[in-house]
Amino acid sequence: MRDVFSWFNDQILRMEWLSDLVAAMLTAIGIDPLGRWGGSLHFFAYDVIKILILLGSMIFALSYVQSYFPPERSRAILGGRRGLGALTLAALLGTVTPFCSCSSIPLFIGFVAAGLPLGVTFAFLISSPLVDLASVILLAGIIGWPAALAYVVLGVVLAVAGGALIGAIHMESEVEPFVYAAPVHNGDPGAPLTRRMRLAYAREQLVDIVGRVWPYVLIGVAVGALIHNWIPQALIDGVLGQDKWWAVPLAVVAGVPVYADIFGTLPVAEALVGKGVGTGTVLAFMMAVTALSLPSLILLRRVVRMRLLTLFVAIVTVGIILTGYVFNALIPLLMA
Amino acid sequence: MQIKILGSGCRKCQTLAANAEAALAQAGRTGEVSKVTDFAQIAAYGVMSTPALVIDEKVVTSGKVLSADEIAALMNG
Repeated sequence: MRDVFSWFNDQILRMEWLSDLVAAMLTAIGIDPLGRWGGSLHFFAYDVIKILILLGSMIFALSYVQSYFPPERSRAILGGRRGLGALTLAALLGTVTPFCSCSSIPLFIGFVAAGLPLGVTFAFLISSPLVDLASVILLAGIIGWPAALAYVVLGVVLAVAGGALIGAIHMESEVEPFVYAAPVHNGDPGAPLTRRMRLAYAREQLVDIVGRVWPYVLIGVAVGALIHNWIPQALIDGVLGQDKWWAVPLAVVAGVPVYADIFGTLPVAEALVGKGVGTGTVLAFMMAVTALSLPSLILLRRVVRMRLLTLFVAIVTVGIILTGYVFNALIPLLMA
Repeated sequence: MQIKILGSGCRKCQTLAANAEAALAQAGRTGEVSKVTDFAQIAAYGVMSTPALVIDEKVVTSGKVLSADEIAALMNG
């Protein structure tokens, strides 16, 4: 059983066969895949092909599952619930609801207008970009399954805690008034989706998402290749080394202005882990990029006032930094 | 007829708008396709997933990119 598991990890998720294949092809045309330039080329070609294959199949499969959870349905499931149960459910639904940053604002308005508590809405909004099922599976190929599962658990805990805090402080007056006045439209009436329609939806999502994120993947892989072969080990150890207390906060600060899809951050994460940077530090960077992106904060400002926005940013930042430290402490224990 | 596309201007909204233009011609109707990108106005329709298609002030679908054929059928239905 364990052999099957590690075979799956090495050959399917890490695609070691592809790595060998690319290396063989480079050697065949006279490039040394272990040299500096050859190594960069090898990392780039192997990673781009790998991520696009995994990304494509994963988005297709998960979009099929997600077609069962349109936002209108999540809202109906959450309606009328209160307390910790509602927060946890919201955070979990956030991980399976189809979500693109361009729909986060209508979603926020739709939840609040329907009378969902602010805390529940924020629990959903925090977990949705943070814990993406497709990226978690890819992440498992880089940092292993125990750490990837721990990432999901901590992401959901962070969303629940953040939502609970925002709910407890009663920030309802910090939401722009027009949000409460919005009518509630219950999505598409009519017959439930057939399997063919779900498959068509999954294909549509695949084309849309890959069409949107491929430049980020290319840039991410290029940065990864740079880290992998060109940045001196001593520099990485000195700035982001495991023994440096500032590594985690620095990773968060570096991540905020970066606007990238979570898929674009994966190759950077892979290269950093390869250079021996702490897993918590790498995860903190990824979380900061996805959950605290500047463009989505600017959009959010249109529906909530500055105080609530600041509180949201503060809670998420502290949560990410804590997650980073916990992971850096935990991973050596998990690996032992 | 008045066709409105609700959405923040992402790729899907542009595709839907183009399909709606094609559908008008296909259905042999005269009308205008306009885009609504302001959040307050989108919220005023009660729509949660974008892009959404509004025909003569009625929300027809949300969160889906319909083909020109499908939109033409809705226009005539």
